[in-house]
Amino acid sequence: MIEIRNLHKSFGDLQVLKGVSMEVKKGEVISVIGASGSGKSTLLYCINGLEPIQGGEIVVDGTDVHAKGTDINQLRQKLGMVFQQYNAFPHLTTLENVALAPRIVKGKSKAEAQEIAKRQLAHVGLGDKLSVYPSKMSGGQQQRLAIARALAMEPTYMLFDEVTSALDPELVGEVLDTLRLLSDDGMTMIIVTHEISFARDVSDRVAYFHEGVIEELGPPSQVIEAPTSARTKAFLSNVR
Amino acid sequence: MLSVAQSVQVFTGFQVSDLWYMAEAAGRTLLISIVSISIGTLLGCVFGWLLSISRWWGVATLGPILDAFRSIPLIIQLILFFNFFPIIGFPLDPFAAGTIVLTFYTAALVANVARAGIEAVPLPMRRAARSLGMTYWQDLRYVVWPIGLRAVLPAWAGVALGVLKDSALVSVLGYVELLRASQILITRTQEPFLVLAISGAFYFLLSFPISRATARLESRWQS
Repeated sequence: MIEIRNLHKSFGDLQVLKGVSMEVKKGEVISVIGASGSGKSTLLYCINGLEPIQGGEIVVDGTDVHAKGTDINQLRQKLGMVFQQYNAFPHLTTLENVALAPRIVKGKSKAEAQEIAKRQLAHVGLGDKLSVYPSKMSGGQQQRLAIARALAMEPTYMLFDEVTSALDPELVGEVLDTLRLLSDDGMTMIIVTHEISFARDVSDRVAYFHEGVIEELGPPSQVIEAPTSARTKAFLSNVR
Repeated sequence: MLSVAQSVQVFTGFQVSDLWYMAEAAGRTLLISIVSISIGTLLGCVFGWLLSISRWWGVATLGPILDAFRSIPLIIQLILFFNFFPIIGFPLDPFAAGTIVLTFYTAALVANVARAGIEAVPLPMRRAARSLGMTYWQDLRYVVWPIGLRAVLPAWAGVALGVLKDSALVSVLGYVELLRASQILITRTQEPFLVLAISGAFYFLLSFPISRATARLESRWQS
């Protein structure tokens, strides 16, 4: 379980998160929606410790992410993350991209790591691209590669930061299909997205962020279909 | 009084054994270059890394020192350094003095190349590596190093070739490397054109493998 309590985060004078609290249970899919700059991506960066926080706490399976003495590299193995930019390692083939972290972080043998990598790449539909370099692949394929790379660490949770925002429209579908696949597998996910209809279909709960606070949090039938907050209503009518 | 015939005996034409003499000197050029370029590159990578991680202290302390090594003509650095140590009571032989100066000169040039290489790796890429659980050093070793190296290898090759040729300046300290050997032969044979042509050919033979190897690596990485 991920527990976020009264989280405060600022960049210099700019307050980005102003007291965010929420819980994510195992097996749950939570989508985070909201305008650009509302702090939703920052939330993900704070959860896996890529950004320091100024107040509150984030606890993952009983471990305080930002406490002194927390082995953050150990903890991050539980928290797979996929970014807006694909960030495929350009000097490695698809197979090597995915096999690298299991080998050097988890200490698996090369053969074991490649076995895991092949399985995950097949899972996201890249089983025939093992020896291809990222520069030869489409954005959608590179993003699926990034998903397989995160999955190869066998994380408990997956964090998705606007993973379709940099994609050409015709490539969005294949990446969303991959996310649906993971949701069917029962993966616990926090998905920051602008794809409202996707969020409605796949999520157990949806959080609407407005200027660094959670304006509304609940099942999609409530937050997306029948929002109670005027701000949520305004946002949804703008993006539709 | 010397007759004309005797005085001509002072100068003797270029002989096959002189080729061997030049080859030996080229070996010394190679030695001083290999030592300076390899140690200088290692040091330069450390300096470049320090520059890349420092907010201001590295740039404020290391920056001016590296600038001095890059800006002051190498020949002046060599003469100053070589003559400084006897003054404080530790005379250095020409090889040691020349190697030390060339090493720091290389390091100063490589520091900027290395920093550029590190900065060629976008921050999001490094965060992605860290998000997989890699430590700072694993990120440097497995992500930043290979990507940065590919970005700046041509620049590094330029530095290495430059240092190889600049090693000729160590001749002013009396170290008999290729250029110094050529000068000695010119004085004896009075055949500057021939000797310098051979000397140039030796420099080419020393440089060519570096440019060839880097070009090969580049084309392999391209495909």
